[in-house]
Amino acid sequence: MSELLQFLFSGVTIGAVYALVALGFTIIYNASDVVNFAQGEFVMLGGMITWFAHAAGLPLPLAALIAIAATACLGVAMNKLMIEPARGAPVVSLIIITIGASIFIEGAAQLVFDKQIHSFPAFSGDAPIRVGGATILPQSLWVTGGAIAVFVGLWLFFTRTLLGRAVLATSNNRLAAQLVGINTTFVMTLSFALSAAIGALAGVLATPITLTSYGVGIGFALKGFAGAMLGGMGNPKGALVGGFAIGMIEALTAGYLSSQYKDAAAFVVILAVLFFLPQGLFGRTSTDRV
Amino acid sequence: MKTILATTALLTMGLSSAALAEIRLGASISATGPAAFLGDPEAKTLEMLVEALNAAGGINGEDVKLVMYDDGGDPNKARTFATRLVEDDEVVAIIGGTSTGTSMSILAIAEDAEIPFISLAGAIDIIDPVKPYTFKTPHTDRMACQKIFEDMKAQGYTKIGMISGTDGFGASMQAQCKSVVADYGIEIVADETYDPKDADMTAQLTKIRNAPGVQAVLNPGFGQGPSIVTRNYKQLDIGLPFYQSHGVASDGFIQLAGAEAAEGVRLPGTALLVADLLAEDDVQKPVVTAYKAAFEAKTGTPVGTFGGYAHDAFLILTDAIARAGSSEPAAIRDAIEATSGLAGTTGVYTFSSTDHLGLDLSAFRMLEIRGGKWTLVE
Repeated sequence: MSELLQFLFSGVTIGAVYALVALGFTIIYNASDVVNFAQGEFVMLGGMITWFAHAAGLPLPLAALIAIAATACLGVAMNKLMIEPARGAPVVSLIIITIGASIFIEGAAQLVFDKQIHSFPAFSGDAPIRVGGATILPQSLWVTGGAIAVFVGLWLFFTRTLLGRAVLATSNNRLAAQLVGINTTFVMTLSFALSAAIGALAGVLATPITLTSYGVGIGFALKGFAGAMLGGMGNPKGALVGGFAIGMIEALTAGYLSSQYKDAAAFVVILAVLFFLPQGLFGRTSTDRV
Repeated sequence: MKTILATTALLTMGLSSAALAEIRLGASISATGPAAFLGDPEAKTLEMLVEALNAAGGINGEDVKLVMYDDGGDPNKARTFATRLVEDDEVVAIIGGTSTGTSMSILAIAEDAEIPFISLAGAIDIIDPVKPYTFKTPHTDRMACQKIFEDMKAQGYTKIGMISGTDGFGASMQAQCKSVVADYGIEIVADETYDPKDADMTAQLTKIRNAPGVQAVLNPGFGQGPSIVTRNYKQLDIGLPFYQSHGVASDGFIQLAGAEAAEGVRLPGTALLVADLLAEDDVQKPVVTAYKAAFEAKTGTPVGTFGGYAHDAFLILTDAIARAGSSEPAAIRDAIEATSGLAGTTGVYTFSSTDHLGLDLSAFRMLEIRGGKWTLVE
């Protein structure tokens, strides 16, 4: 029993990180149908900037705020300098641009920062919490709480606010959105700023567990993307469930089958789900009028 | 016309004499990319040593010029750069190959061109079977396994669990350990793996803890993985003796894992980590202390085992060139092979025509982390 509980805790720890990264994908995807592959770099920047600010003597909360604000500004710059000039290009081209941005940010980070692995102290200490013979670190609860908070925030944003609906409208039909008076340029800028901020928040919360270095972005992006695809791209509920589901599958496979197969098991499940539900678990089915 | 010819002749003479007055060494290091963690201190070490050597008058009065490329950990790029070093830069010897993959690429080019090559990578395949022009400075992962199992045997452990990274380093060491473990009367009762990018390994560690009769745990791995495994080990309060590999033998590991979690962890490391603790008459003491002081003053970062590999490669090479009294590749090769009792940071090197690694198990010191510091076990 304590064994199962430990595997579940392990799954929560891994899954919360994936879910938080997956949530970052939703806003930009909802605004423009673009899967932003630089999302992992935002996570990396959140961790690295916080580490450097903290190492320079700033208190941790202030360092984290600076990291989130700086990454949001970088998200805006990425939109202004890379995505906006290519406005008329097809979605696939824009996705390729984000891959380029990802490589650029990774390269710049190793020059601006350094090539070592870093970490900063966990927010509530390292003493594990014991439940029924199993243990979980307090920081895992921070990441889980962060993922749920971001989920609630996004859900309210997309369903309850005019701005959130404007984002969805822009995604649906940019021209029509413009015709009814939505400032689509602003919507894009906003969505990049928010996505980058969520990514940086993920980095801040996860770094005491996962550690950080300039190269961690791509790993986060792939697992987060897998979580988002499993749950249904663009749906915050899907990102949350998908991320946690992958974490659980990995931990349970490692625990009960073999750790050799845990990544394979996760991807087999994703393939199976996408085979029967191509939109993911909670994705919206799109219909085109012809 | 005559003046032009004369000028050209003079220029040519000037150029050729300038070329004679310097010894051109080549290097292909992974200063960026996935192995940057290793390559970066290696590159900095080589730059620092060349500068210091030239300031002190070079080798036999000739300056050393280092042509260094960054292969980014990509074996194809390493091959290209090795070719360029041989054909365009006309170097007399090559240092490099941060990883086993890049070393294998450079090795093929260096052997063809008959240029001495000193690799900085771990795998035994680089020098076994012996190739005439290829040498290497780091101990092999098999030696690390043997050193660890020797210690386990001395402690009376017969059943152990292993949790290995699936990266090249972890997978290779896992295989090597499994091939020699039986020689020490030790049985592996749990054999788990993790991806180097994983955030949590408590599932694997729980499985190992529940394996019947397990007495100690070994974690061959490299990068951030072992730090997370060490934290999880503490989190689960497993309490069994815990061994890490030489892959994390740096102060950075203690920082990342946290002094509390790393308490009592044992691993085979080099003299470099415990420079202050070495006996006064230890042959490695002067070289280790000097390198540590110079590197830390120059870069402001603590020395690590990997920068030490580059230091030793450079030391072996310059020592050989000085003894050969010539910068002909064949003469350098013969002089390297004749190296005997040369104290480096990793160990004391004695090469022969059948041994191009030159180290034995005594190069490893069994270390234990106590109160956030390294201590010598022996």
